Order: sequence, then structure tokens, then C-alpha cells
Amino acid sequence: MPTTATAIEVEGLRKSFRIPTHRVDSLKERIVRPFSARDYRELRALDGISFKIRKGEFFGIVGRNGSGKSTLLKLLASIYRADAGTIRMAGRLAPFIELGVGFNLELTARENVVLNGVMMGLAPQEARDRLDAVLEFAELGEFVDLKLKNYSSGMLVRLAFALMMEVDADVLLIDEVLAVGDAAFQQKCSDAFRGMKAQGKTVVLVTHDMKTVEEFCHRALLIDGGHIQHEGDPDEVGRRYLRLNFERGSEVGAGAPGQASDDVRLLDAWVEDDEGARLTNIEHGKSIHLRVEVEARRDLAGIGLGFILANADGVGVFQFGAGVSKEGSSELAAGDRVKVSADVENLLAPGRYFVHTGVNRVGGGGVALYVHNSVDFVVYGGEAQSRGIVALPYSAKAVVEGAKHS
Amino acid sequence: MSVEVTEAPLREVRGPSALGGGPRRFFDLLWLISVTEFKRVYFGTVLGYIWSLVRPLMLFGVLLFVFTKIFRIGSQVPNYPVLLLQGIVLFTFFQETTLNSVTSVVTQEGVVRKTQFPRLVIPLAVVLTAAFNLFLNLIVVFAFILAWGVDPTWTWLLFPVALAALFVFTGAVSMILSVLYVRYRDVAIIWTVIAQVLFYGTPVLYPIEIVPASYQHLIFINPLAPIFEQIRVWVLDPNALTATEVVGGAAGLIPAALIYIGVCIFAVWIFNRDAPRIAEEL
Repeated sequence: MPTTATAIEVEGLRKSFRIPTHRVDSLKERIVRPFSARDYRELRALDGISFKIRKGEFFGIVGRNGSGKSTLLKLLASIYRADAGTIRMAGRLAPFIELGVGFNLELTARENVVLNGVMMGLAPQEARDRLDAVLEFAELGEFVDLKLKNYSSGMLVRLAFALMMEVDADVLLIDEVLAVGDAAFQQKCSDAFRGMKAQGKTVVLVTHDMKTVEEFCHRALLIDGGHIQHEGDPDEVGRRYLRLNFERGSEVGAGAPGQASDDVRLLDAWVEDDEGARLTNIEHGKSIHLRVEVEARRDLAGIGLGFILANADGVGVFQFGAGVSKEGSSELAAGDRVKVSADVENLLAPGRYFVHTGVNRVGGGGVALYVHNSVDFVVYGGEAQSRGIVALPYSAKAVVEGAKHS
Repeated sequence: MSVEVTEAPLREVRGPSALGGGPRRFFDLLWLISVTEFKRVYFGTVLGYIWSLVRPLMLFGVLLFVFTKIFRIGSQVPNYPVLLLQGIVLFTFFQETTLNSVTSVVTQEGVVRKTQFPRLVIPLAVVLTAAFNLFLNLIVVFAFILAWGVDPTWTWLLFPVALAALFVFTGAVSMILSVLYVRYRDVAIIWTVIAQVLFYGTPVLYPIEIVPASYQHLIFINPLAPIFEQIRVWVLDPNALTATEVVGGAAGLIPAALIYIGVCIFAVWIFNRDAPRIAEEL
């Protein structure tokens, strides 16, 4: 439960990286030509970031690759130094942004726990005192004097996670921690997160995974291009992130139009809104209007069109089709154009979708053209329907019927 | 859920540095890492420690043969075998420590890039671990010295002073090398050559008095030379030339002293300057 006290205060944070256009990486070169290669490109990773995190808050930081979110985390963790601005923090920070990064595989679990405990700010004696608790949490008590190089990766992760839990830092910085480990471990992570939440720890979580943010975070921060895009409600941040994520760099049907076989050519394919404007992002619940144009390249007895709607994992979610009729007859002459308008009710769970288009020759003539990913679009929003591949309308109720005695 | 009333005050986060996270944590980590690493080598494998003793001993055996049986320098110098042994053990410490420290920061990349870790701990832990090893080797050396028939004198008490001077210089050189290597990868090769030159530029193989007088001054620009010479006087041969006698007065030691101090200041300066940006450079 967040309190009113501030745990982390960030003001006007700026950080840029110098990327030399020509990197001098030998001393010889530096001495021979001391003034060459001083020119570099400035990459602005963070450009004036200010926010506050309250004590006891679960705070998510989300953004696309290269948005500056990891830089922000590394600045908070004192791994990078800021160019300008201040960071102020209350309490002890666990300066680990990745599980098990401080482990030395040549050492035993006992030595590693003590060493990493000290890295996380404990006194050596304190770290030794907590050894048992760590091993118990990790369920590795019998392997205390085994070198870590003989541990399985699962054991390593357990040890690292147990250590992070037991050092009792006030502020934890976590980068994509849930991305590692198997399902059972992820469950344990989730449980531990709930535990930390209950204990009133301040946790800063950097992630791509909107489910984690929506499930755990009290508040979240969306950053893009080194600026804060939105701060506040995790659901709203999640929505904006999804929209942002697919806005740029993925044109509708990019590459698809123009694909052709001897029989037909796909001229264009897109998704539009109710008013007929082309879209890349569709809110859950608003109808999907698919528009496809094909051209016959020679005389054809007739064609049928089929569409497969697949999600980002490649799973076909829904299939539908349309037959062609032309003034009573279905025959096509070379140069005839066919326009398809399909309207699909949008029950899709948020995420990215692709439409595969198939053109068949009528009468068992086989496939005239198949275009993979002829259109793609993103569905966002939807009420807490983040799990599953569709969000079907439903009604459900639970009734207590009282105890049955047999 | 109870809301705590007592709150920790907000403190400014200043980013990474050489000492990062306060002196207590710095020394805890330095000590812990060095002791653990030393224990790993010493107790972990039988060959580990023996190997670190065998190498200087083998070098000693070969050189002893060459310089007493072939060149016959040794026979004119009192206590030549133990002088050679002591010099080799001490110089091996300097050479191996500095060579190991070159890549130390880069090797610890994970820790540097992903945790807030006091950067200075890394090269200094290499030095401290080697120092533990040196203490063990020195026990062997002193056993040889006594067995050879050298009588202990009160000047043996001054030996730790010279040893401290050697540690500080080794530490300073290690700091410079480890931080330079982050940006300039040819430092490793360059230093291998310089270390070799320093080996011959320090009176280890030969006693300083057999060097022509004009070259004695040149050799004594090397800060290691007066340290090694003084150790010889204090431990093995009170009648040998002291460092000041070699260069004809204290003034002659000024170049070596300036280089020594210069290296130390440069080490602190460059490490402090570069420590905050090591994570970005890697």
C-alpha cells in the first residue's frame, strides 16, 4: 500500500551517450594522432525526466526498445552517471537490476550469498546471519558448499531470487525479471511480488510485459524518445504503450500490395474505421472493416476469397471468406477488379493481428494466389481481458447452494 | 496496512564512482573478495598454491644456474642465490599482479554493467589477493635466507616499509592499466613489453655495483630499483650500497621519487575520472 512519503524523487534527469563516428580503441592510435576522432554523435537517451515514487509503491516503467527506460533504471541504480538533474532516494537500494549477476560460479553458494549480500549493502556479519534464511527460501540448504558452476540454471535463479528477497532492501529495481525461469518459477516470482507488495516495499519494475504492469503496479510511467509520454494509471499506460508500439514502422499491409500470380494481383488491402479512414490500431469492441482489392490478370471462370485472421503467435483465430459475383455471372475478364468489404465484430484480445489472404479458382481450380500478412493491425483496450486470444461476450454467475449431506 | 511514521530521509544518488556506496562497503567488499579468491586458489586446488610458488622457484633455479655457472657473476656477490630468490619473488609479484589487473575490470563486465559496484575494488582486489600469496611465498624465502646462513638484523624490521612502497606502486600501476584497458585494448600488449623491460631495468638478476656507473643512474630512474636495492641492504647485506649511495646522495633519487609520486597521482586522477563512465564504455 503506497504511503504519502516519497521514496524516489527524480528531477530534470538528462543523459546522453557519445557515439564516436570513428572509435579510437588503441593507445597507439591515440598517441600517434592525439586529436583525431574527437567527433562523435550525441545520442540523447533521456531528455528531462521528472517523477516521484512514493514509499511502498509498485512502479512500472515501460517503453519500447531504445526508449530510454533501461538507461533510466541504470541511472537509478548508480550504474550510469546523469549529465544533469538529480535523483534522490530514501532507504537502502538493492543495486541489482538482473538476477544473479554478481554470482561467481567458481565459488560456493555460501561464499556467493555473503559476497552478494555485501554488494547489496549488508555488513559481512549480517550477510552471514541471513545465509540460512536465503538457502531455506531457495530450498537449496543441502547444496550450500557446492560451487555454483555445478548448479542447474533453475537452482541459480532460485538462489538469486531468494537472496534478493532476503537482503531486505527498501527499494528494489527489477529489469524484466519475470522473463526468466520456467512457469513454476514465474509463479514463485508472482507470489514473491505479492509478498513484497504486502510488506510495503518500493519496487521499480522495468518491463515490456503489460500483463505484469497491469497486475502488479500501482502506477506506471510510459517513456518514449527520452520523454515521459504518460504517468499514472497502469491500464492507461498499457493502452498507450500498445498504441505507440505499433504506430510507427509498421505500415498497413506493407509489402503486400502488388503481389501477384499469373491469375490475379493483390492491389491493396487495409483496415478502416466506421468513417472510412485507414487504421493501424483498433480499439477492442469497434468493428474491423477489412478492405481488399484484387485484379484478374487473365480470364477466369470465377474466384473465391478466403481470409485467415492470425494473432502474433501465428495462431489462426478466425477464418472467413467471400465469393465473387459479377452481374449474375462469376466470370472474370482480364483487368476486372474485385473489391472485398468484410466487417468483423472485434472480440479480439489486445495484441497484434495479421490477415492472410487467399484467392481460389472456382470449381476446384486450386489456389490462385496466397498472400501471407497482407494486412496487420493492433487491437488495444478491452476490460481486463488481457489473457486468452479472444474476449468473448459472456455471462457467468456463482451461486452458493449450501452444504450437501449424503 | 499500517503506515509507518518514521521515514528514511531522501539522499541524493550521485552515480557510479571509484569508491561507490561508501568507504565501509568498499573495504568490506575489497577484503571479502580478496580473501574468498585467495581461499579458492589456496584451498580449492592443491596445485593452485604450489603452482604459484613453483613458477618463481623454477625461474630462480634456471637463473641461478645461468648466472653462477655460465656467467659467473654470482660467485663474486655475497649471498647471490638468496638475493636472486628474493628479487624474483618480489618482482614476480609486481609483474603478475599488474598483468592480471589489466583485464580485470573488463572481465568483471557483468558486475560493472549491471550492479552498482565500487569500481576501484576490482583492480585492488587483484593486488590484495596477490599480496596474500606473496606473504606465503615470503615465508619460504625467509626460510631459505635463514638456512643460507644470513643472520637476522634489526633492519629486517624496515622490510615492511619497502614492501609497503612496492604495494602502493603496484596498486597504482594496476589502477591505471585496468582503466586504460577499457578503452585501449592494446594496453595488454604494451604492458607485457614494458614489464619485461622493467625486469631487466631492476637489479634482480645482477647486483647494482657491477653495472657501469653511468648506467646506474639510468636504472635508478625506475622507481622499483631503489626499493629493491634498499631491501637488499636491509635484509641480506648491510654492506651493500644503499640506494642513496648508488646515485651519490639523496638528490639522485629525485627522478625516481617524482615518477613514483606521479604514477600514484595519475592513477587516482584517471581512475576517478573514468570510473563513472566505465559501464558505458564497455
